[in-house]
Amino acid sequence: MILANTTASYIDLGAAEVAIAAALILINAAVSIALKLNLERRLLIASVRTVTQLLLIGLVLKWIFATTQWYFVALILLTMSLIAGFAAVGRVSRRFPGMTSCSLVAVTTSSWLITAIALTGIIRPERWYQPQYCIPLLGMILGNSLNGISLGLDRLTTQLSDRRDRVELLLTLGATRWEAASEPIREAIRTGMIPIINSMMVVGLVSLPGMMTGQLLAGASPFDAVLYQIVIMFLIAAATALGTVLAVLLSYRKLFNSRHQFLHEQISRD
Amino acid sequence: MNNTQTVLEARSIGRNAASGERLLNSVTFTVNAGEKWAITGATGAGKTLLLRALALLDPIETGEVLWRGEAIADDQIPRYRRDVIFLHQRAVLTEGTVATNLHQPFSFKTSANANHNRDAIVGNLTRLGQASQFLEKFSKDLSGGEAQIVAFLRAMQLNPSVLLLDEPTSAMDAGTVERFESLISDWIAEPRTERAYVWVSHDPDQIARVSDHCLRLESGKQSNFTHDPT
Repeated sequence: MILANTTASYIDLGAAEVAIAAALILINAAVSIALKLNLERRLLIASVRTVTQLLLIGLVLKWIFATTQWYFVALILLTMSLIAGFAAVGRVSRRFPGMTSCSLVAVTTSSWLITAIALTGIIRPERWYQPQYCIPLLGMILGNSLNGISLGLDRLTTQLSDRRDRVELLLTLGATRWEAASEPIREAIRTGMIPIINSMMVVGLVSLPGMMTGQLLAGASPFDAVLYQIVIMFLIAAATALGTVLAVLLSYRKLFNSRHQFLHEQISRD
Repeated sequence: MNNTQTVLEARSIGRNAASGERLLNSVTFTVNAGEKWAITGATGAGKTLLLRALALLDPIETGEVLWRGEAIADDQIPRYRRDVIFLHQRAVLTEGTVATNLHQPFSFKTSANANHNRDAIVGNLTRLGQASQFLEKFSKDLSGGEAQIVAFLRAMQLNPSVLLLDEPTSAMDAGTVERFESLISDWIAEPRTERAYVWVSHDPDQIARVSDHCLRLESGKQSNFTHDPT
């Protein structure tokens, strides 16, 4: 374990401190009113949701962290993966039948595989199903992987729709389905992977990732927090690449049949 | 040359729209080597859909397409499409020059053993009234008619048996149309080849000039079958 010698000492926050932070939302409200952005109602709802959702998850996590049954933890991990799979397609502007299943398979396979490697090979908690390790770890990986999948699927379906003539041209000249689709496929995978590569470029310079910040606030030594963050960045990068590739390739198989036909009619606008 | 050799056969081809509407209804015809087919019919009659079905570009609900008397297995389809080439009415070109466009098919596995023959291309270009400098033009600078010439040369250089031509001269001027018709007439008549074409056109005069067989479509159904298109 990387964080074996952490001496946790952190400043407790109470309701008053949280209230001060919450009051800062008034800045947003003032901007909205002054510039007639008409966002006040949405700001109010967003603020209430932030407080309610986080309080609820706090209660749930407290309860979950006390659990010792592996199947219960596995059920939670599965639920998280399902939500991530649906969320990934929710942001894609075009649809095709079977897209959700592509997303679910891609996000679950990539995130579970990488989390398993992390739990069994890197962090090695006493039991893999100790919730304080596997849940936040999978959560961070899922969150990033779903982003890559979402961007990749959006790019793939947009490229294929916009460049249908070109894809079909290649088919008419004797290209296989793979040769005809390879450019949109490569473009989609590149698009899915760029955000994580960008954040790896600037991590520590422009941004201090949330997890590392959390550890520092909780009293971990900066070096330990950094080691953890390095590990996490690579886990996220691997899961994002794997998830994006899987989602894009599974979609390709749905949109091009074995007779080397591009099933363009399957793609519809949301 | 054996002119009775069957190169392409459509057997009861049927295709439906997603709504269930019949787009093609049991179309059957046989293209033998040396035959020049015309497909006519009103706009929306299914002419382009029939050519696309022959090129196996869309899934069909009923019937089948035979290539030299045999069904076409999945893994043979790219090779089939290279031998039976569909030319879209609106010529699709990729970025870059005319030469880049002509080189493109040679990057595919099905053309791995074929070579780009510049001399043959230039010869055909000359016949179509273009100088060899045409090869250096950028595709974005070409007119609709010039793009149709590039699409045609790109297909011709692959030495196909059958061309499926969807109004291939619709954007050309009268002089170029004449040269195009003469070139394709010589192409099909070349000795020791088993070539044919299926030509979609709205122009009755052109149909009379370029075809010796005619299939008329009405709402996806073949209504008239004649060996004398005039």
